Amino acid sequence: MREEIIVRVGAKFLAPFIIMFALYVHFHGDYSPGGGFQAGVILAAAFALLALVYGLEAVQRVLPLWFTRMCAALGVLIFAGVGVVTMLLGHNYLGYNALAADPTHPEHGQHYGILLVELGVLVTVFGVMVTVFYHFAGRGRRDP
Amino acid sequence: MSIVVDIVLFTLLGATGFALLKVRNLFAVVMLAGIYSLLSAGLFTVMDAVDVAFTEAAVGAGISTVLFLGALALAGHHEHRPGHTPLLPLVVVVVTGGALVYGTMDMPGFGHPENPVHHHVADHYLEESYDEIGIPNVVTSVLASYRGYDTMGETTVVFAAAVGVMLLLSGARRARSRASPAEGGESAGGPERPRNDSAAGAGKGDE
Repeated sequence: MREEIIVRVGAKFLAPFIIMFALYVHFHGDYSPGGGFQAGVILAAAFALLALVYGLEAVQRVLPLWFTRMCAALGVLIFAGVGVVTMLLGHNYLGYNALAADPTHPEHGQHYGILLVELGVLVTVFGVMVTVFYHFAGRGRRDP
Repeated sequence: MSIVVDIVLFTLLGATGFALLKVRNLFAVVMLAGIYSLLSAGLFTVMDAVDVAFTEAAVGAGISTVLFLGALALAGHHEHRPGHTPLLPLVVVVVTGGALVYGTMDMPGFGHPENPVHHHVADHYLEESYDEIGIPNVVTSVLASYRGYDTMGETTVVFAAAVGVMLLLSGARRARSRASPAEGGESAGGPERPRNDSAAGAGKGDE
């Protein structure tokens, strides 16, 4: 597909909007359908689209394999880390009320906690999807 | 109106399923599977399960289609005819399907307000979650706060799946690159040959 000018221009035009939509789905997940998981998949789809059109090497220059693998582990660390932080603040594991700056409004802490753990889900799902895609797409060649 | 949409979607779903069975070109099968996911997402939307529909559309119709295409590039585009008769699988499928349909007879009516699933903890979530959590989307508050442990477990499962894929796919490549120069002679017993080709792209930054 590397010679098709319409596909190339179209993919380049679409990719930033897909990435923006993924961020919208994540940060708006409190108010509308969606959340970290869907956002991670959409974000990964943007890079999969670019890789399909421009080739794996071009995308891996921007988003190398070591980075996506690190993302896959980092997201779990963020999620579990939020639990540890709430424990250190004297609440239950993943008890987000601890994160509220003002103890009379514990729902503020819930808001922060949900945003943070959803961020962990996003980072892991994004990293996993792109890593799996790299491995499938790069397997037939000499150097993925 | 909703019943018309239901019938249209289910008819298309059934037609796509039969087409999936009959078509031998695997490229067409991948595309049909994507259409199947998209139709399922439409059905979930009709049933007001918008979050599920979103996930189905993104994962089933989006990423899995791309991954299947990647697998096709490795495995070829044509499905061989099976060597055995389809009689025994047919019997197994019919019996299992019959048992499942029989099982649904005992289930409470779909969407009935007195169903136990709507009264165990759902009442509490629907009535109290805005005061306790402070966000309007109840699905998100259940997923990330009330059931935070489950979501953490799911995130870990996704991570574990990626580790499995990495081990399987990069391990196979290493074994092949080790076997090819020796023409398969001592592929089993030889010491660990340095991974000259696979390590070049993969292990640059994490060592």
